Amino acid sequence: MRPSNFARRLMYWASVAAGLVLAVVPLPGWLDALRPDLALLAVIYWILASPRIAGLGYAWLAGLFLDVLRGMTLGQHALGFLLVAFLTHRAQLRMRMFPILHQAGAVMVLLAVYHFVIFWTDGLTGHGYTGWNRWLPVLSGALLWPLIVAAGDTLTRRSR
Amino acid sequence: MVELTHDSRPIIGRGPPLGATFLTLAIASIALMVADQRYDQLGRVRTWLSAAAYPVQAGVDLPFRAWDWVTGSFADRSRLRQDNLELTARLRLANLQLQRFAALEDENRRLRDMRANSAGVAERVLVASILNVDLDPFRHRVLVDKGAVDGAFKGQAVLDAEGIFGQVSQVHAKTSEVILISDAEHAIPVQSNRSGLRTIAVGTGDSATLSLPFVTVESDLKQGDLLISTGIGGVFPRGYPVAVVTRVARTPAATFALVEARPTAHLDRDREVLLVWFDLPTEPAVTEPPVEPPSTDASGTAPPADDPAPAPGATE
Repeated sequence: MRPSNFARRLMYWASVAAGLVLAVVPLPGWLDALRPDLALLAVIYWILASPRIAGLGYAWLAGLFLDVLRGMTLGQHALGFLLVAFLTHRAQLRMRMFPILHQAGAVMVLLAVYHFVIFWTDGLTGHGYTGWNRWLPVLSGALLWPLIVAAGDTLTRRSR
Repeated sequence: MVELTHDSRPIIGRGPPLGATFLTLAIASIALMVADQRYDQLGRVRTWLSAAAYPVQAGVDLPFRAWDWVTGSFADRSRLRQDNLELTARLRLANLQLQRFAALEDENRRLRDMRANSAGVAERVLVASILNVDLDPFRHRVLVDKGAVDGAFKGQAVLDAEGIFGQVSQVHAKTSEVILISDAEHAIPVQSNRSGLRTIAVGTGDSATLSLPFVTVESDLKQGDLLISTGIGGVFPRGYPVAVVTRVARTPAATFALVEARPTAHLDRDREVLLVWFDLPTEPAVTEPPVEPPSTDASGTAPPADDPAPAPGATE
């Protein structure tokens, strides 16, 4: 039986919610800077898997929730998520054909764009932190991409 | 490779075009940022949204709390006994000091009465626990479990048992965000307990270090000096320990000395902190007679470190 669009939406939101929770779970110091942006990775994955359901509004709201959860300037992560979602939507037909490592590379570029938006808006609002380790999540997220795809594919196959 | 689901047609040709949606939402987020940052207009929206975020934050905190509870309940007898002995010894010592303190406090009050001046002394405190929620690895902010319903307010001083911890930077319904004195955006007016030198301690982003950037080379500050809060600016109560000077490096050619201090509060280890309400001096007109006449020394320039009107609290 095919799940309804509603059930799918629910699943997409649940995975993003899990990513958001993991975004604020305390981690030991060295791991903290390395923490991948799981919510954003989930958004990218669902946009690639079913762009008709996972739209820009979905990504934007997910980013807004992250802002609220972290107490950042409202709209900061929302803008980052939105830009990444837009680029993913534009490139999705190509990105889906990429072999997995190539895809991870593309995801790394997307994550770099996202972190650049955060870095930039941080600077504009006067919270700038310019250490090199703020860019670590780009790397860890790209390394994690194959796992995200595996997990997402299992979810999709089971719900089909 | 990402699997295609049955509805994987691109959205192009359905609904509003991608670019238009993108533009609308992008403008919306920029408007949000401007409203939040520049005009501070989103107080109510933020309170409402954080009420939605509270279950998540409480949920994240719950396992840690449960673990604490479990380890606390099954602590073995010998450890409890050890703790008990230690605490009894500390209490005895504290009581001893308290006896002296009571007399000193009386004397202090009499002296202050004579000068018709009441300093801001902490009047009421509320214990708040720090939620186990990581806000941002590069900012020193924590979330505590007391908010607007408990009477917390923006700019409220937060202390721990050993000294000044930070101040409330945002109040939500049931939680508040506290900016630590070690955050790179935080500054606190301090005074050396030994020499009375007034200056400003700025956070460095490292929880073990504060930096004192406005201490001139010739000013009287030594390693080991205790820095206490001055109460200037009205954010922090006066006379509480802030930090201990750990390093003073003077280069004769430079105007300012390189001074670092270690906060006395356990910024990275605390679980519980105190929110403080205190009374400000009611008539600030007679607070302090000028200690020194305007300096007429050889250099001719008054050191900026002695400027008695530093910016209050955080420089947000």
